[in-house]
Amino acid sequence: MGKDTLRIISPNGHLGFAPTKEESFWIGARTKPDYYCCDSGSNDIGPVPLGADICASHPEWQKHDLELMLLASREQGVPMIIGSAGDTGTNSRVDMYVEFIRELAKKHNMKKFKLAYFYSEVDKDYLRKKMEEGEIIEGLDSRPNLTFEDLDRTDRIVAVAGVHPYIKALEMGADVIIGGRSSDCAIFAAPAIYEGFPEHIAYYCGKVLECASFCAEPYGAKESVIGTITKDDVKVTAMHPNQRCTIASVAGHAMYERSNPYYEYFAGGMLDMSECVYEQYDEKTCRITGMKFVPVEGKIKVKLEGSGKVGERYLGLAGIRDPYTIKNIDKVIEWAKSQVKERLPDAEYQLSYRIFGKNGVMGDLEPIKETKSHELLLVVEGVSKDKKVAEEVTLVGTRQIFYARLPEVKGTAGTAAFVLDEVFEVSPAYEWTMNHVVPVDDPLELFPIKMIEIGE
Amino acid sequence: MKTVKLVDLAKTIRSKNAGPDRITFDIIFREPEKYELVKKSGVINKKSIAELFGIPESRIADFVEFDPAYAIKFTINRLTPSGSFGEGDVFGCQQYPPLYDIEIPIDE
Repeated sequence: MGKDTLRIISPNGHLGFAPTKEESFWIGARTKPDYYCCDSGSNDIGPVPLGADICASHPEWQKHDLELMLLASREQGVPMIIGSAGDTGTNSRVDMYVEFIRELAKKHNMKKFKLAYFYSEVDKDYLRKKMEEGEIIEGLDSRPNLTFEDLDRTDRIVAVAGVHPYIKALEMGADVIIGGRSSDCAIFAAPAIYEGFPEHIAYYCGKVLECASFCAEPYGAKESVIGTITKDDVKVTAMHPNQRCTIASVAGHAMYERSNPYYEYFAGGMLDMSECVYEQYDEKTCRITGMKFVPVEGKIKVKLEGSGKVGERYLGLAGIRDPYTIKNIDKVIEWAKSQVKERLPDAEYQLSYRIFGKNGVMGDLEPIKETKSHELLLVVEGVSKDKKVAEEVTLVGTRQIFYARLPEVKGTAGTAAFVLDEVFEVSPAYEWTMNHVVPVDDPLELFPIKMIEIGE
Repeated sequence: MKTVKLVDLAKTIRSKNAGPDRITFDIIFREPEKYELVKKSGVINKKSIAELFGIPESRIADFVEFDPAYAIKFTINRLTPSGSFGEGDVFGCQQYPPLYDIEIPIDE
């Protein structure tokens, strides 16, 4: 007979991005939850980490958070599940988290346990073959379907796992699971489904727990929350002494980072939250019922995230205080651009100016057209496949702000203020080349699982 | 007619990426009466949002009045994916301030 209730703790909405707060974690751990689950990824951080295969989070914070979860879960002898290892869930990030777990087990002389891990990177040739066979790689969020050109300019692809590899790993007896890129909610839904709970309950539980204390109030990130499920309802409880999960905070969280608050899509189906009923169960707990699971019709569709390198990149900064120059800032930029063109007439490059004080933050969405600031900051971004070109474009494009030729300028000893008279080499420019779905026959085909033993 | 600014009625006004291609906006009220007031005023809709941001209505991917959270939510398609060349707001989290000054008519 299965369990009547299941309790899952979520310590952090993005493990390692900022360290888990320990007080609420240990308050939660002392109640002995059945599973310790945490998402460690996001595509919010832009296309650079996936493309360049690096982390956005600090390794010491990642280790800190993994250590808390490993200590508590091993002490209790219950499973620990991490999804989207190292921000992007690429193979190298999964390997890195497996190594972290190995180090931590050694540090604490842990007894033997079984660690399952799975990769989620997708080979370009796998997709090319599918496309050549006529398979449509459908675009999401108003994107066109994938073209061969999109594929060619992509450097790295991850598939976003649903519950399938996690359930498989639990069936194989895993004590710790380190997952590649995954749907946030699947990390929590998988153990619930594995334990025999209905899918609508399991997926909603995942949906509400994925960002940890973002579903609680007052606002305070990186605090633990616990989801308690039965076959009939989901209850979510804040662990921090001063936080509560309220109807407002839980319903409000349903909207966070998604286009529509009613529907959540993942490999295998969709969670319909349009008929959800929220109740204040006790002071710190909100109870939710009325959610529905709608399984996908036909083949399971797995989401793909892809990033491709655009070029090497430099940044320059130029401050402007002269009111006449501010008034004519567009002419000044045109001047600088013309000087770059004159210097490098045949080079291939891209040059962008963000004008902070005018519309640097919002760009085309900025409704305020009249610049009232008494000073501006220009952020100059130069990109080229050739690193030397990227550097020179940015340097000329920044320095020529200083030499801007305006007919009535009075400050003839320099029209820009520099924090540093140099340009900065920064991460290469990447672009999100894929936000698509691929239909698959077997949801495990993109997520090979391996099992190892760790500890003494 | 007397009006009051949205910023003086809402508890939360925020924006954030919804995937790499979209930015989503949430306007959340603490009091149901204030939510109903704004909702019934009809001032916030796809057309007015498009005008405020100076974009065609076709760029608004979703517009939802979400009763359980006393919230109005809409989503805009980005012109280029987040973090592309020339980006000004990778997380899309500073695009909401123009909503503050929307004038909501109230009974005197």
